[in-house]
Amino acid sequence: MLKIQGLYKSYPTPQGPLPVLQGIDLELAGGSSLALMGESGSGKSTLLHLVAGLDQADAGSIEVAGKRLDQLTESQLAAWRRGSIGLIFQQFNLISSLRVEDNLAFQARLAGRHDPQWQAELTQRLGLTQLLDRYPEQLSGGQQQRVALGRALAARPALLLADEPTGSLDESSSDEVLELLLQLLATSATSLLMVTHSPRVAARLQRRVQLRSGRLVDQDNS
Amino acid sequence: MAVLYWTLSALCSHWRRHPVQFFSLLTGLWLATSLWTGVQALNSQARDSYARASQLIAGDAHSRIGARSGGRFSQQVFVDLRLAGWPVSPLLQGSLRLRGQAEQRLQVLGIEPLTLPRGTRLAGQALADLDLVAFLDQPGRTWIAADTLKALDLAEGEQPLTVGGQALPPLYLHPQLAPGVLLVDIGVAQRLLDAPLQLSGLLLSRDFAAGMPRLPSALDGQLRISRAGDEADLARLTESFHLNLTALGLLAFVVGLFIVNAAIGLALEQRRPLLRTLRACGVSARCLLAALALELCGLALLGGVLGVISGYGLASLLLPDVAASLRGLYGAEVAGQLNLSPQWWLSGLAISLLGALLAGAGSLLRAAHLPLLALAQPEAWHQAQALWLRRQAWLAGALLVLALLALVFGASLAMGFVLLACLLLAAALLLPVCVSGLLAWWLPYCRAPLAQWFVADSRQQLPRLALALMALLLALAANIGVGSMTEGFRQTFIGWLDQRLAAELYLRPESPQQGRAIEAWLAERAEVSALLPSWRVELPVQGWPVELTGILDHPTYRQHWPLLEAAPGAWERLAGGAGLMLSEQLARRLQLGLGEELSLVTPQGDWRLTVVAIYADYGNPKGHLLVNAAALQRYWPGLRPGSYSLRLPPAAVPALKQALQARFALDERKLVDQSELKAWSGRVFDRTFVATSALNSLTLGVAGVALFISLLTLSQSRLGQLAPLWALGVGRRQLVLLSLGQTLLLALITLLLAIPLGLLLAWCLVAVINVQAFGWRLPLHVFPWQLLQSAALALLATLLAAAWPLWTLYRVSPAELLRTFANEN
Repeated sequence: MLKIQGLYKSYPTPQGPLPVLQGIDLELAGGSSLALMGESGSGKSTLLHLVAGLDQADAGSIEVAGKRLDQLTESQLAAWRRGSIGLIFQQFNLISSLRVEDNLAFQARLAGRHDPQWQAELTQRLGLTQLLDRYPEQLSGGQQQRVALGRALAARPALLLADEPTGSLDESSSDEVLELLLQLLATSATSLLMVTHSPRVAARLQRRVQLRSGRLVDQDNS
Repeated sequence: MAVLYWTLSALCSHWRRHPVQFFSLLTGLWLATSLWTGVQALNSQARDSYARASQLIAGDAHSRIGARSGGRFSQQVFVDLRLAGWPVSPLLQGSLRLRGQAEQRLQVLGIEPLTLPRGTRLAGQALADLDLVAFLDQPGRTWIAADTLKALDLAEGEQPLTVGGQALPPLYLHPQLAPGVLLVDIGVAQRLLDAPLQLSGLLLSRDFAAGMPRLPSALDGQLRISRAGDEADLARLTESFHLNLTALGLLAFVVGLFIVNAAIGLALEQRRPLLRTLRACGVSARCLLAALALELCGLALLGGVLGVISGYGLASLLLPDVAASLRGLYGAEVAGQLNLSPQWWLSGLAISLLGALLAGAGSLLRAAHLPLLALAQPEAWHQAQALWLRRQAWLAGALLVLALLALVFGASLAMGFVLLACLLLAAALLLPVCVSGLLAWWLPYCRAPLAQWFVADSRQQLPRLALALMALLLALAANIGVGSMTEGFRQTFIGWLDQRLAAELYLRPESPQQGRAIEAWLAERAEVSALLPSWRVELPVQGWPVELTGILDHPTYRQHWPLLEAAPGAWERLAGGAGLMLSEQLARRLQLGLGEELSLVTPQGDWRLTVVAIYADYGNPKGHLLVNAAALQRYWPGLRPGSYSLRLPPAAVPALKQALQARFALDERKLVDQSELKAWSGRVFDRTFVATSALNSLTLGVAGVALFISLLTLSQSRLGQLAPLWALGVGRRQLVLLSLGQTLLLALITLLLAIPLGLLLAWCLVAVINVQAFGWRLPLHVFPWQLLQSAALALLATLLAAAWPLWTLYRVSPAELLRTFANEN
């Protein structure tokens, strides 16, 4: 599903280029889940942005479901993003001007894959049935992240990328969201790449990798 | 398409949740389009009227024979010329009023269709297509335009009576006829105008005139042939007037676009997270840009429709005053009801669209060019803003250089407007830089923590308020500049009028015969201390229409004629016949100074005269020359006085006027006393500036709206800055006062910069624009009271603009302030 080979990325600074990722190799099979851990500044989010096609690497390749991202044009990347991946952010990033129902359907509609039955099921399983007419600002943090989760999964993406999805939530909300996420993934073929600080959250996923100073230094298989 | 649709729908949902922002954007587009299209409607209406007037009798570019004095002459001239083989056709023009319609003066034009030159078109129609039998037969027809018929509240076929009780032939609608004109058979015109056997002109075909025929010597001193194109063209004379209106409309449009620019910029800034989410969800940059542009076009069309409708309303309101100004200044008749073509409506929408795209282009491009991941980082946005401001400062510098070049090397009205536009735009672009610099300089002097916060936070607010402040600066500068110019012009004009109108009574006889009779009659009136006839000839000088006036050597002129420049012994040299005085506008146009010579073409050959003085002649679109009467008559033998100025005790004026009216049946246009003339001139002056003042006030209003919108939008994102102060123990009341102080401080700095800019603008108007547009230069006056009024008005507009946002802030609940902290992550 996901194959990363020899990935390098650095950012320009007044003192010269600052290397962030230095030769990353990683593979993720279809339907599996992986926790990407590491300290602040270790390059986790950078790697996630590169996999999402939001940024470009200096060297190396990323292949998702047989497609090399560095060979896609800007508009092809956009089309790939809306159809093949789902993104969940720490800050939810819901569209504040749209109701919950429209937020849930948004990416699926963009991708031309809106399935009202699947959305109804997602809504029900995420416990959002009573909240459909509300606006994001009228929801708690946990509820907003559940909407973000529903939006990401509504288009049945091949790969779900989550950047600290429980980072803004308290422990009980965090457990609740994670449980829902894993339940939903178990019934689909979607792979999950999650950036997290929390060993407790990482322990729930199938694999864990550690990023330190831009290199994968630790890897285990559960 | 689905992606575009859902992207657009997500973008538009922002407006549902932020109606204030939506209405601010719409208001900007609406006001900008409204003021611009309103002015264009006025101009278009007037130009349409001129075109109809010029087509009244057209088709073959005829030449015209008229009296040198500009008055009427005997019908016998027509008979004599026809007998001599001249293919002339008679014309009689005059004005009348209808019974019950005393306030509306109508122009009567009498023609003789059977002798009109071949190829003539009457009001846009070929002679062959007209029903001339009905026109000539009894009871005949009075051709009238639809707008005139409507203005008079009459119906086709009616036969209204003149104030003198004469019945008009039945009214007959002729759409292409000029407004305010009645076209009748010449015999009817002579009856209606009480001018039996009198004519005011003779038309001559181009073919015949091409042979440069000379009038028989008996008529040469009395009449002149004006070749086609010699006549002062209304469109040419009124060009400056319309250009000035257009400039004001453009200024209002630009100020309106500032609102649009501010609203679009703020909306984009507030939607940064949304833009990132959309991109993250797979919307390409191109698609996002297309959706933003489409959204903007939709808003522009909506604002445009509202603007065009209200522009029509505004034009309808201002039209009577503009029409009165054009009538008073140039004698141009403009239809009183707006009649606009579909092109006008479409061009209004197009200008709204273009304006919106212009105003929004910067923000859209900035959004499109920011890297995707930086899109949601405020720092990146502010860095882009800072870069933009630096570019603005460079652009302002370039504009100032351009303004300087236009001032030094420009010698046309268009360059005058380039100077003004560059100056205003440069000042507007420099405003944020100046204010920011001033606040940065002030900050180190602030010791108290709240004072430090006050200045530092004011500076931080600047990028978001800059556009509104720029709009305020432009509107205020225009208000001060145009106000100073108008008031200065008023004082100069009134002073000049008091000097120039020294005689107590002015009289214009109907004919030379009547003039002789009046002279004889007045010679026996003891109360008349002086009878000052003046001889008038109209002639082209270097292609410009000029009135040449011959006067007697009399102390009245020496004491009262307002000279701007004079050579030693100017009046003596004028009396000697070799000297010439000329109006300021003509001197500028002909580039003549004291001591230089001017050659006039006369029936007796060239007449060379030396310029001995230059005088002010405000409000006269034609050139004016003053020469000695005896010398004038040597070159135009047989010329009779065209008018008389009478000196007599003011108390004796009413009785003499009444006696003259009773004895010679002179109407109020032929016999005018000094006070009436001054009052009339004052009225024309005031009405001339009604449209200007209205547009000026509206522009200031638009700037007030821009400030209000910016403050309101800003207030929604201000809680983040104010909540920490509240948490540190600053009460909400004090927060409101601090916010008010910040707004007033920024407005005050803008005002302080607007005053010198306004005065500079006033100088440009009196010393550059007026000179290029009208030919006269006015002294620059500064009116401290007016400056104070403008300052008070600006502060009032600021207070009004700040009131609602501050009230909202005052009423904000502690829970909302707490939520600011809860949302911080």
